[in-house]
Amino acid sequence: MIIKQITVFLENKKGRLTEVTRILMENNINMSALSIADTADFGLLRMIVDDPNKAEKTLKNEGFAIHINEVVCMIVPDEPGGLYRALDILTKNDISVEYLYAFSNDSKSASVVIRTDEIEKTIEVLQKNQIKLVKASQLYKI
Amino acid sequence: MIWNEHIECMDREAMQKLQNERLQKMIDRIYFNVPFYRKKLQEIGFTPGDVTSIEQLKDLPLTTKDDLRDNYPFGLFAVPQSEVVRVHASSGTTGKPTVVGYTRKDLDTWSEVMARTLTSAGATKNDVVHIAYGYGLFTGGLGVHYGAEKIGATVIPISGGNTKRQIQLMKDFGSTILACTPSYSLFLAEAMAEEGLKPSDFKLRAGVFGAEPWTEEMRKEIESKLNILAIDIYGLSEVIGPGVAAECPHKKGLHIYEDHFIPEIIDPVTLKVLPYGEIGELVFTTVTKQALPLLRYRTRDLTRLTLDKCECGRTLVRMEKCLGRSDDMLIIRGVNVFPSQIESVLLEMRETRPHYLLIVDRVNNLDTLEVWVEVDDQFFSDEVKQLENLRKKIQYNIETTLGVSATIKLVEPKTIERSEGKAKRVIDKRKLK
Repeated sequence: MIIKQITVFLENKKGRLTEVTRILMENNINMSALSIADTADFGLLRMIVDDPNKAEKTLKNEGFAIHINEVVCMIVPDEPGGLYRALDILTKNDISVEYLYAFSNDSKSASVVIRTDEIEKTIEVLQKNQIKLVKASQLYKI
Repeated sequence: MIWNEHIECMDREAMQKLQNERLQKMIDRIYFNVPFYRKKLQEIGFTPGDVTSIEQLKDLPLTTKDDLRDNYPFGLFAVPQSEVVRVHASSGTTGKPTVVGYTRKDLDTWSEVMARTLTSAGATKNDVVHIAYGYGLFTGGLGVHYGAEKIGATVIPISGGNTKRQIQLMKDFGSTILACTPSYSLFLAEAMAEEGLKPSDFKLRAGVFGAEPWTEEMRKEIESKLNILAIDIYGLSEVIGPGVAAECPHKKGLHIYEDHFIPEIIDPVTLKVLPYGEIGELVFTTVTKQALPLLRYRTRDLTRLTLDKCECGRTLVRMEKCLGRSDDMLIIRGVNVFPSQIESVLLEMRETRPHYLLIVDRVNNLDTLEVWVEVDDQFFSDEVKQLENLRKKIQYNIETTLGVSATIKLVEPKTIERSEGKAKRVIDKRKLK
C-alpha cells in the first residue's frame, strides 16, 4: 500500500520542468500523478511514475537533486464530502497531513495522493475504515 | 620525513644568524643592481652597510604587485638578462601580467624548497607524482615538477585540463601523490564518482594542494572523497612559486622555508609589523633570490605566524592556513567579509556542500549579499518547509558568523561553475557600475 514518490528540486528558471519531462519521455517513463509546490525561488516537483528506480537513476545522472519518499494513494467517492470523510478519519486518529494532491478518475471516484507524518498508521486507520487504497503494483513495476 | 634536517630543524639563534647574513648580502645586491630599490633606500637614508639584522626589516620599504607592474617586464631584475634562465608570469586579470625571473641558482633553490615540500607531505623516490597544476607561464606545474624530480619520484607532468584523461592515467599509472588546486581535486573526485570509480580503484595516498585558499572543512571533504592525506602548500610566483611553505602530516600550520623567505605580518591598513599570533597580511623578503630579489613583498594573504616547535621536529616558523586575501576581502555595509568564512559556515553545517557563489550588489545605495548554495540529494526533502528551514538556518549561521545579513538562494546541483583552476566564488556587481 506504500507508494514511492519522487521529488525533484527545480529552480525557478525557464524550461526546467520541460527538461524533466523530456528526460522522462526519452527514457520511456510514464507519470501517473504529479504536483508542484512552488516558492519564490524554487519548486518541488512531486510525482508518481511507473518505474521509480529508473526515474531516480536517470534524473540523478542528469544532475537533478532527487528525494524518494513514501506516500499513500486512496480512492474516495467523487461526490460532496468524499474527501472530508477520509480526512476526518485521519484527524480523529491524530494524524497530520503534510500535503496531498488529487485528481478525479471518472465521474464516480477520485484518487488522492497523501503524505502524512505516520505512513504505516495512516494505512492501518484508512483500511480499518474501509477506505480503498491503491496498491503500488497497480501504479508501477516493482 | 624531513628533506633538509640541518635547516628545517635549526635552532632559532642559528637561523636568525643565517638570515642576518643573507639579508645583508641581499641588501647589497638590490642596492647596487636594482635602481628602483637604490632610490627607495636612499630616500629613507639607508646605505647597504646599515642593515645588519632582520630586526631592521620593519624600517625598510615594502614592495607591492604594482611595483612589479610599474617596472614591467624586467625592471626589478637584479642580474643581466644573460643570467636569467627562466621567466614566468602570472595571468594579468587587470592590465599587465606580473613577470618573475630565475637564474640557474634560483631554479636550484626552487627545487630544494619543493623537495622539502613534497617530503613534508610524505613523498619519497618511490612515489608517482601526478602534477595537474598548469605548466607554462604559471609556476605551479614546473615548481612541483622540480621538487618531485629532485626527490627522485616518478613524475607525471600531465598539467591541467582533460579530466577524463587525468583520471584514467592516474588509475593506469598508479599515481600516489596528486598535485593540483584543492577545488580541482574535488572536481576530480566528483568526476571519478560519476564514472563509478572508488578511491580503492586508485593508489593515491596524499595530495599537495595550493594556489588558492581553502578551509579545514574542504580538507575533510577531499580526504574522505579521495581517501588521501591532504596537505596544504603555499607559494606565490613573486616569491618563487610553490615551495614557500608547506604543512607536515600534523597539519598544524605551514612551515615557512625562512632560510630563503623571511616572513613578517603587517597590519594591511597601518602597515605596522604585528607580533606573532596576530592576524594580518603576510610579507616576504626573498634573501637568496638572484634574478628577482624582493624586499618586504606584500602577498595580500592574511594569516598569522607562530614560533612554537611542531610535533614533527621542524623549528621553522609556521603560518596558519591562509584565511583569505586582503584584496578578496569584501566590505559589505562596512563589515569585512572573507569568502572563506562563508565556506566554513556551509561545511560546518554538514547539510550543504562547499559549492557556493556570493553575489554582492548595491540596491538603493545599500549593499546586498546573496549566497547561492547548491541543493544536495542528502539533505533535500519532499517538503517545502524543510527546505525553507534549511535556508533560514544557513541565513542565520551566516549572519551570526559574518555580522551581515544575506539572502540565501537554493540552486540545483552543479549550477555553480566548477573551475579547473582557481574557483570563482564572488560576483561583485558593485564594481561594474
